[in-house]
Amino acid sequence: MKEVVTIDGQGIFYRELNAKLRQAAWNGTQKIELRNVYGQRYIGTNLDKPVEIEIFGTPGNDLGIFMDGPRIIVHGNAQDGCGNTMNSGEIIIHGHAGDILGLSARGGKIFVREDVGYRAGIHMKEYQGKKPMVIIGGTAQDFLGEYMAGGILILLGLNLKEGERHKANFIGTGMHGGAIYMRGEVQEFQLGKEVGVAELDENDYLILKELVGEFAYHFGYDAEEILKYKFTKLFPLYLRPYGRLYAY
Amino acid sequence: MKTYLPPKFVVERDDSRCIRCEVCVNQCTFDVNSYDIEDDEIKSREENCVGCHRCVVFCPTEALTVRRNPLDYRENYNWRPEVIEDIIKQSETGGVLLTGMGNDKSYRIYWDHLVLNASQVTNPSIDPLREPMELTTYLGQKPDRVEFSSVGLKTELAPQVKLEVPVMFSAMSYGAVSLNVQESLARAATEMGTLWNTGEGGLHPKLYKYGDNTTVQVASGRFGVHPEYLDVARIVEIKIGQGAKPGIGGHLPGEKVSAEVAMTRMIPRGTDALSPAPQHDIYSIEDLSQLVYALKEATNYTKPVAVKIAAVHNSAAIASGMVRAGADIIVLDGLRGATGAAPKIIRDNVGIPIELALASVDDRLRQEGIRNQASVVIAGGIRNSGDVAKAIALGADAVYIATAALVALGCTVCQQCHTGKCAWGICTTDLWLTKRVNPDIGARRLSNLLRGWSLELKDILGGMGINALESLRGNRLHLRGVGLTDTELEILGVRMAGS
Repeated sequence: MKEVVTIDGQGIFYRELNAKLRQAAWNGTQKIELRNVYGQRYIGTNLDKPVEIEIFGTPGNDLGIFMDGPRIIVHGNAQDGCGNTMNSGEIIIHGHAGDILGLSARGGKIFVREDVGYRAGIHMKEYQGKKPMVIIGGTAQDFLGEYMAGGILILLGLNLKEGERHKANFIGTGMHGGAIYMRGEVQEFQLGKEVGVAELDENDYLILKELVGEFAYHFGYDAEEILKYKFTKLFPLYLRPYGRLYAY
Repeated sequence: MKTYLPPKFVVERDDSRCIRCEVCVNQCTFDVNSYDIEDDEIKSREENCVGCHRCVVFCPTEALTVRRNPLDYRENYNWRPEVIEDIIKQSETGGVLLTGMGNDKSYRIYWDHLVLNASQVTNPSIDPLREPMELTTYLGQKPDRVEFSSVGLKTELAPQVKLEVPVMFSAMSYGAVSLNVQESLARAATEMGTLWNTGEGGLHPKLYKYGDNTTVQVASGRFGVHPEYLDVARIVEIKIGQGAKPGIGGHLPGEKVSAEVAMTRMIPRGTDALSPAPQHDIYSIEDLSQLVYALKEATNYTKPVAVKIAAVHNSAAIASGMVRAGADIIVLDGLRGATGAAPKIIRDNVGIPIELALASVDDRLRQEGIRNQASVVIAGGIRNSGDVAKAIALGADAVYIATAALVALGCTVCQQCHTGKCAWGICTTDLWLTKRVNPDIGARRLSNLLRGWSLELKDILGGMGINALESLRGNRLHLRGVGLTDTELEILGVRMAGS
């Protein structure tokens, strides 16, 4: 049993890479360094151990899919499907992430320093104490928080220029649970029909303080500086957005 | 608004038999029957009756008859009562008409136009009562060729699932049906050596112990999908589509999301459980492949991954893509596949008959030389062992049944699943109603059904002079068509009876 194991991803297929990861994690390794990662998929799945994986390079799609426990740190960009149906654990991305970040996540935390693609946080869920949390430093593309059934989604817009709006349209379309916090400007027309806009209350600030604090810690920002700006809270207007659609 | 809808059924009570026991009052969940204490009389609000026959079956003195209201509209083949009533309903609500169960329209049922062969003189039939007959079926990817070494099989086989009877219980989620129904299915599947399917509502921890006989579903809502769920399962099935509602998602209404359903699906109680129409990580065959292999990675390549689609116009091409995407089992759900709730207009008008889909998919996979790479399972309207035998001869490895299984549990196909008020306690999460299905009895009824079908399948095989189901599989020479056009015969790959 070793504390830190280094695995070289150069020229190996994801199946082999993940088999090596599983072997290391099941041997009780605490920390794995993955070097030369070139797009290998599914890193972090089926490990069910609180192992830390530090990735140097570009992990492929479905990073941390169905993940249950590990902590992944990416020095580079993540692709599509990062945190797909994740159950618990943490993913920290020092860069951008692609589409459907955190799709159907059930728990765990995802931090992205820069921008994310389309449909981030789609259909995240929550049940009692189990709550996925996604914190994005930059901005996002359309359908942010679509179909959201639970969890917390924070969009900080740190790379937006003074007066520049967030890029996404159809934010929170079909949302019926959870909350989205947005720093930076967003106009009414950018929002989905199923979301309402609210001022933050004390509890919201507590949530933000904790999560933005963690974000700032991971990426070397000043949390207080970030929190100085005005945030907007988006919430679902209906628990049953399509409940009145039907004739019985 | 006063409704213009006339009652669908007439409830007739023979007063000389009625003992005022109020069983019908308590059994009806649609508020039809009530006891008037002043008149000492049981009365009926017939406009609420759905024709489920719960009261008729449970009336201890057989005092009740429920029959269709004759509804003497002027005869009109185009403007039939159903058409008129649907318009009335929509003009009073402005909504999408919901319904339950499968397509009830008169599309041709091809099983009824296919007949099976039997041996006479030249090739002796076999008596299954005295000779061994094998129904064993293995689902999973089969190798292109096998190699042997001196110690045994050298070829590494993909994971295989053994079925003692080629009939599995189709996906019915917890939420759509009750936990007692799922437990009945799970226990019967375990006893009979087949599988049941969770649907997309997650798996209640109480049922983990039946994992070896469980197929778990991963669908667009990803409800209840977590590592343990994948671990306990025997097969993981990706659901792309469903025969009753191809191309659209599902909305489990908030009132069916009880505390336990909320726990299993991992959503707050009382919210709608929304399954989006597409899976948002699948927009292409390549994306499907990505999810197939994600599930294989997540289960360490120990379980077959199935992909289920609704049978639609280009199923054959899609099926080819699914096999190439790495699916070990492909599931086709036909036009008559049922549902707990679907828009009526979709259920009744979208999709193609399963017989035609099966024949064309099996042909296509054979033509491309990839039929061995995946098992083919079909669903949607299988009613008896005759249908099963014909499906196997057309090319299926196994079939799924759901409506037939629910009928075994008491369902009378009254199509009110979407209301959550099922008087038979099947398609509901109301704890008072779910007790009406006792898992001890339910499991026995389901096992009995499968046992009966197994015996019949063996009789059919024996009559053909075949002693293993494997010899019938894809053997369309054992089928002949009756009353079909040349095009239909060509698509089915079957010759006309007498030829």
